[in-house]
Amino acid sequence: MNLALLLEMTAGGAPDRVALGSKSGGITYAELLERAQQAAAWLETTSAEKLVMLDVNSEALPIALFAASIAGRPFVPVNYRLADDKLRKILARTTPSVSITAADALERTADIEGLSTITREEFLSHAQAGGEHLGTFVAPDEVAIVLFTSGTTGDPKAALLRHEHVVAYIVGSVEFLGCGEDEAALVSVPPYHIAGISAILSSTYGGRRIVYLPQFDPKTWVNTARDEGITHAMVVPTMLDRILDEIELQGESIPSLRHLSYGGGRMPIPVIERAVELLPNIGFVNAYGLTETSSTVAILTPDDHHVAIASDDPEVRARLGSVGKPLPGIEVEIRDEEGNVLPVGEPGEIFVRGEQVSGEYEGIGATLTPDGWFPTKDGGFLDEEGYLYVEGRLDDVIVRGGENLSPGEIEDVILGHPSVMDVGVIGVPDQEWGEVVAAFVVLHEGHDVSEDEIADHVVSKLRSSRRPSAIVFCEELPYNDTGKLVRRTLRERFADEG
Amino acid sequence: MDLKAGSRWTSAVSDVEVVVVKAPDEGLALSCGGAEMLPHGSEKSGGAVEAGLDAEIAVGKRYADVAGDVELLVTKGGTGSLKVGDEVLDIKAAKPLPSSD
Repeated sequence: MNLALLLEMTAGGAPDRVALGSKSGGITYAELLERAQQAAAWLETTSAEKLVMLDVNSEALPIALFAASIAGRPFVPVNYRLADDKLRKILARTTPSVSITAADALERTADIEGLSTITREEFLSHAQAGGEHLGTFVAPDEVAIVLFTSGTTGDPKAALLRHEHVVAYIVGSVEFLGCGEDEAALVSVPPYHIAGISAILSSTYGGRRIVYLPQFDPKTWVNTARDEGITHAMVVPTMLDRILDEIELQGESIPSLRHLSYGGGRMPIPVIERAVELLPNIGFVNAYGLTETSSTVAILTPDDHHVAIASDDPEVRARLGSVGKPLPGIEVEIRDEEGNVLPVGEPGEIFVRGEQVSGEYEGIGATLTPDGWFPTKDGGFLDEEGYLYVEGRLDDVIVRGGENLSPGEIEDVILGHPSVMDVGVIGVPDQEWGEVVAAFVVLHEGHDVSEDEIADHVVSKLRSSRRPSAIVFCEELPYNDTGKLVRRTLRERFADEG
Repeated sequence: MDLKAGSRWTSAVSDVEVVVVKAPDEGLALSCGGAEMLPHGSEKSGGAVEAGLDAEIAVGKRYADVAGDVELLVTKGGTGSLKVGDEVLDIKAAKPLPSSD
């Protein structure tokens, strides 16, 4: 049982269905399997122990992912946007390996011992060269995928996902060939993000066509969605905001689109409210998951969204800011620093357990507790109905005079001010309180607001301990390329500018 | 039979094919439609599905024993109840979820 089995099943059940590309002229599931098998045959002739992908999204990505599985080599998609020194350091950790490398990255990755490179075109020609793979048995507990975490401190960690984790996630959450023949997913998350991997596997097992955007751009996204009859898509929060701007600008919706899931970072409530208003016929899904958990562990369903938005009950309404309920195969607990399980409503660290949870890193080993729980390092709590609220990384929690403050909660309120376009909240050192709240605020063009007005706005909605002690107006906030606010940079900026 | 995780088996008497998701480490006998299953790729023996053991087995579904020790994923559907030893395996129902990726 390895990842390629999922493709084999779909190629057996729906060989002529289009897997990749446009409805006419795309690659079918039978063709995808053939190409993956032939690419595996080539991979088996190399001495590479891992298959690295250093490229943007294209049809080569799923072929490479499945080829690596068939040949029993871990697949390692790497962030091609990293600075040269970081990139070379990461690639050196994958050797002996072969890398499918974008043309413009060839020079940057030359002369790394044990790493050979091939272009996407060369790889695709191997995938149609007629080679026969060995049909080696790949055990479920072999490593399928290696993903380097973005790592805010020190060297990035290499998260290991074994075939059994990823297959458990897919088989447990996707109905085999459960997608209609008209369904098509637009994938614009990068290949080195867990969502880029799970998009391939979910769509393959469900039988949904994938259309790739090489890189995200709101205009291309909206136009492609319309031209390709896209029905499903997954976006990270910063993408959604920009997509909504583009739809408003064009004054035209996307008629085929009926399902939009979002995740990969905290979604500000005002953005999702705007999305539901602008796209009333689309089912929204908020997905919470981590690389180490093989993607999604909890979802807020389309029904949950509708019920929350229509409700006058503040507790039900608040669920729009939750990540919904755990998947059937997943257990969630909230624990305090001593490891005690906390009751409903009390915030602590989110722990998850289930067959899809790996929690393992290369060179570090498994970080699960003896009874199989993974400490996510995310703070959060559960409500009475079992909805999970994620408050952000525990490292980002602001501890003001012994009280724990969640930056996200304060950001949501500031973002509700009509003059504010974007905001990032951090804790900064303070002699009296230990830490106090500082907010970096980006205003809409032509707007002018005082620091006091922002601070008063916070106090009108939240307890006074949340009042920002410092407000810094700026042009833009630092995001990484999967839409996560890099608070570390804000902390450095605050220390520099005072 | 060595029902190790990841091993693939084919029915001797129908189209059914399965992969072992999990199984305990003790020579259990796996059968489909009353006949012991064969390693993937074997020639079928061509016998008939036994009466009373003729359930339709659905592709893409997981089948498990009550204790949860054995779990199979059906990679090809067909006729013939799946059994481990004397116990008939039941479909492990999964509620369809909205797509999250």
